Amino acid sequence: MKAAVIVFPGSNCDRDCKVAIERSTGASVDMVWHGDTALPHGIDLIVLPGGFSYGDYLRCGAMAALSPIMNDVKLAAERGVATVGICNGFQILCEAGMLPGALLRNEALKYVCKPVELEVTNAQTRFTAGYAGRREVTMTVGNGEGNFFADPETLARIEGEGQVVFRYKDNPNGSAHAIAGVVNARGNVLGLMPHPDRAFEPELGSADGAILFQSALASA
Amino acid sequence: MRAKVHVFLKPGVLDVQGKAVEAALHGLGWGDVEGVRVGKTIEFDFKGADAAETESQVKAMCEKLLANTVIESYRVEVA
Repeated sequence: MKAAVIVFPGSNCDRDCKVAIERSTGASVDMVWHGDTALPHGIDLIVLPGGFSYGDYLRCGAMAALSPIMNDVKLAAERGVATVGICNGFQILCEAGMLPGALLRNEALKYVCKPVELEVTNAQTRFTAGYAGRREVTMTVGNGEGNFFADPETLARIEGEGQVVFRYKDNPNGSAHAIAGVVNARGNVLGLMPHPDRAFEPELGSADGAILFQSALASA
Repeated sequence: MRAKVHVFLKPGVLDVQGKAVEAALHGLGWGDVEGVRVGKTIEFDFKGADAAETESQVKAMCEKLLANTVIESYRVEVA
């Protein structure tokens, strides 16, 4: 099993993601620079990490979505490779048009950094199969622009298609329908604001994030 | 040609910055202020053949990068 963590200028959770994937799955992890034009061969999981790519200039994730490596990330996702965007990575996937919606400033204008309880809204995706039978998991959020927005038609569609994967029990940022994570229609691209990479062993307060990486690779 | 692009959150998309600025203006005594929206302006020179061609190129830039049309609308001025 092999994973790739994409490193953008301003990513700051790239190392966390590497350690989280290694310790929770035993997979080897390649760090891939945003300026590269091709992913290494045989990648089973692509992770876009949290941080402040390109200093959040213009819009969070807007510049990173146009990075050279993103062409190959899109091609890999079209081939069905599991792709996860965490926090800034979620913003990048939305900006790249790989996920529906967008992330706005938090409703209360505050940067929110705390553990949150999440409802596993759909435990039948390749990322959440390991949560089967569990309704609630805990991970940590850390974002200033994590307020998920989509127009009413899109919201109705993703709700109807089971694309809403995680929902906040206590909405920390004003997200529409308290949405914390969504998958694409095909189910192989996941974006979420909470950090599974900050919840992969009990010493961190929760090991629930480890299950997400394990599920993603188990189905590869 | 000189291009100016104005980008704002679409009507109906919550503009929390605008709300905060509005509350601050109220606090300063301008209680009649309402509907504050905070946007951004992007300006640049562009070697376009004419205004119409430049405008269509700048609109393409807005669709691809300068605005996120899921949440933002834009207005282009060319002079």
